[in-house]
Amino acid sequence: MIGQRPNEMRTPMRRVRGLGAAHSGTGEFWHQRVTSVAGIPLTIALIVIVIALLGRSHAAVVQILGSPIVAITMLLFIVNMTYHMWIGAQEIIVDYVHDDKLKLLTLMANTFFCFAVAFASAFAILKLSFGV
Amino acid sequence: MAELEAESTTASQRPRPLSPHLQVYKLTLTFLMSGFHRVTGIALYFGILLLAWWLIAAASGPNAYANFEWFMGSLIGRLVLLGFTWGLIHHTLGGVRHLIWDTGNGLEPAERELLALATIVGSVSLTLVVFVVGYLSMGGPR
Repeated sequence: MIGQRPNEMRTPMRRVRGLGAAHSGTGEFWHQRVTSVAGIPLTIALIVIVIALLGRSHAAVVQILGSPIVAITMLLFIVNMTYHMWIGAQEIIVDYVHDDKLKLLTLMANTFFCFAVAFASAFAILKLSFGV
Repeated sequence: MAELEAESTTASQRPRPLSPHLQVYKLTLTFLMSGFHRVTGIALYFGILLLAWWLIAAASGPNAYANFEWFMGSLIGRLVLLGFTWGLIHHTLGGVRHLIWDTGNGLEPAERELLALATIVGSVSLTLVVFVVGYLSMGGPR
């Protein structure tokens, strides 16, 4: 073990890869930036869509939300934002929750919540689009 | 040597420094905007349920949609929508600020202050613009 300190448990290969204890390195840091950049036009689009649908009848809302461009935009918004908030909430949890059991529970709850919101919303958009 | 030992003894008898926390720092605009970014992030985390409710209600049918419209038309519903809109815009502008910092720009003291001010002034004024445009598109306040 040339070049290693006696108490160093990590191998030189592990140090070079720089992936850290979570084995994922800076992946989530980068994904948070990608989803925040994507979130800018998607947020503007969401505000435009909501304003355009304010006060309209249910039938009109169904028709517009189900049209391809609006439905695709809404799907992108939901997928992008639920992933963004999953990473963000995880960062806050590991910052403030120090008890191991509570930390694992809240991390798990975060995943359940984000998946539930994403799938329920995506299902609603697809149902509006395909009119089943 | 004796001097050094005496000094280390008094140092060990002194109470150890505590980790400083929020309340010991002077409240600055940049500090406040940093907190706002995290708080609006948490609020939007739960606020997205409003968007999910809207989509699910629309997909479920006229009755479910009428319930959603009734809530959003109420005073509480309008206040929640106002808060959600401001949080969404503020978090977006705060995110742009972070993206600027990620490029290594805007980190000088004067630039930091300007960016913090632009975030809060921008989010409040854009929220007002969105609400005015929203009410106008419905043909005035109802």
